[in-house]
Amino acid sequence: MLNLKPNLDDTDGFYAALLGAHEGLSDAESEALNARLILIFANHIGNEGVLKAALEAAKS
Amino acid sequence: MTKIFDTPLYAYQRSDDQDVSPTARHKVIIIGAGPVGLAAAIDLAQLGVPVLVLDDNDRVSFGSRAICFAKRPLEILDRLGCGAPMVEQGVVWDTGRVFVQEDEAYSFNLLLEFGHKNPAFINLQQYTFEEKLVERLRELEAMGAPIELRGKNKVTALADNGDHVRLEVDTPEGSYLLEADWLIACDGANSPTRQMLGHDFKGRVFEDNFLIADVVMQADFPTERWFWFDPPFNRGQSALLHKQPDNVWRIDFQIGQDIDREEELKPANIKRRLHAMLGADAEFELEWTSIYTFQCRRMEKFRYGRTLFAGDAAHQVSPFGARGANSGLQDSDNLAWKLKLVIEGKASEALLDSYSDERVYGAAENILNSTRSTDFITPKSKASRTFRDAVLALARRHEFARPLVNSGRLSVPCTYDGSALNGPDVAQLPADTRPGAPMKDADTGAGWLLDKLGNRFQLLGINIEVPEALELDGITVEGLTLAATDDLKSRYLGDAGAAVYLLRPDQHVAARWLGYGEAAVRDALSQAIGKG
Ligand SMILES: Cc1cc2nc3c(=O)[nH]c(=O)nc-3n(C[C@H](O)[C@H](O)[C@H](O)COP(=O)(O)OP(=O)(O)OC[C@H]3O[C@@H](n4cnc5c(N)ncnc54)[C@H](O)[C@@H]3O)c2cc1C
Repeated sequence: MLNLKPNLDDTDGFYAALLGAHEGLSDAESEALNARLILIFANHIGNEGVLKAALEAAKS
Repeated sequence: MTKIFDTPLYAYQRSDDQDVSPTARHKVIIIGAGPVGLAAAIDLAQLGVPVLVLDDNDRVSFGSRAICFAKRPLEILDRLGCGAPMVEQGVVWDTGRVFVQEDEAYSFNLLLEFGHKNPAFINLQQYTFEEKLVERLRELEAMGAPIELRGKNKVTALADNGDHVRLEVDTPEGSYLLEADWLIACDGANSPTRQMLGHDFKGRVFEDNFLIADVVMQADFPTERWFWFDPPFNRGQSALLHKQPDNVWRIDFQIGQDIDREEELKPANIKRRLHAMLGADAEFELEWTSIYTFQCRRMEKFRYGRTLFAGDAAHQVSPFGARGANSGLQDSDNLAWKLKLVIEGKASEALLDSYSDERVYGAAENILNSTRSTDFITPKSKASRTFRDAVLALARRHEFARPLVNSGRLSVPCTYDGSALNGPDVAQLPADTRPGAPMKDADTGAGWLLDKLGNRFQLLGINIEVPEALELDGITVEGLTLAATDDLKSRYLGDAGAAVYLLRPDQHVAARWLGYGEAAVRDALSQAIGKG
């Protein structure tokens, strides 16, 4: 099941790391980084139902 | 040297039908002598159904087009009596490599499963493929089988008159009329039949152009399918290299959307591309070159009244995955025995609707796979390109991304799940051979299993005795009792000690049980011929 409750220990720390990874990148490079991240996350999650629910949650 | 595709193989000859009145009536007329029309004709003739093939040309496919033929079609060709010469002449292969930029990112092996007579894939030029089919047709003709092929006979008008179809045929000596109880349209992707009868052909058209060159060269590349994304010699695009017999190599270059076709097809420009790929001093000769854009589309149904559509006329796919001719052969495989039973009055026309249902299901599966591959190779939006490139970037370093790389999902046989013809199943038996599935070959200890199957209904008892023959509703079901070998056990029994399989004439499973009972077989047969 997709977890939509808080689940990160250090929310601010993760957010900063995410922005940090994009620092100095062009728009195209940022998009490419995001795409790679999504694919890595998706593979880690693995579960088809969770991924479908995540796609729906992001779209709605 | 004259190439086979420049040689008339079935030259025009005047037929008595051109001089008779009233109009000659045939049981079955096939329009088109491509791979699918020829296979359908051979199948019907072998089953004793008289068949006439009309083609507007008099020779095999110009240039190669299809080159990859998969195991299931080779098995079908074996049943048609011409598989062995194709395998003998073809190039057998099982490995594919995918390169991203300068590096190899991923390779696959088509899981060599032992205990099959035929290889996973062969490469053979389409013109050779068609030539062998014509040879088989001639052989049957010489043996007195009811089969005829008329070259330079172009169908120009059609009407379905309810109990027959009327055709107008143009020849070098003027036009004449014909009638057919049943018409099979195998007249290719631009099917004049489909257009004359006004049926839709819906799906997707892809914008990218592909330059396809068959070159003759002495080269020591391995017998593997090599696919490149963004190689140094074709930046931002893809390319493919694949071996055919007689030192012919298939090379594809993706060349983008807005191109000057005439310019690109100039031999000097093609050679420039080839030298960039193969090296400045590579020596080769161009055999055939062409530029294609690709489509993935199909008709809504493959039967309309007295006309049955098969092959590219019914459905078209992009070639990534080699699902064109391969699936067309599965159409004729599905159709021939059904048409025979209907013509003989042993099954109702409903059986022909099952041809449409089952093969539309197969075509949808092929279109889904070919569309996904084409979307990966030629991303249609910025977002799809971003993800595609992300997959390729990750695939170079991380194993997880490699299965996401899609340079074509190669043709696999279709299992008719959910078909109205499927009878009872037993969950305990192996899933791969469930009702609707094509039989998997196996070493029986006394020859290959598939060599013993096909062209009639059969009852296969493994580790259990079944009657040698059953006569049910005018249809003979032939019994075959075998003792389980390792192959038979793993493919047909699983944990069970014994099983009984009812098999269709196209070698697909109709039903299966753990034991034998005549009443159950009778019901399943009735269902398998569309009465269920
Ligand atoms: C570049 C390329 C690569 C491919 N690679 C592969 C591959 O590796 N594997 C694979 O399985 N498939 C492949 N295909 C697809 C394959 O070539 C087709 O699926 C196959 O040729 C379809 O066979 P067919 O008999 O349905 O139609 P066709 O081969 O198109 O034959 C139709 C026939 O009908 C005749 N005809 C048309 N109109 C009339 C008329 N009015 N009257 C009489 N006759 C008529 C034509 O002359 C022709 O002989 C490839 C295709 C291309 C273009």
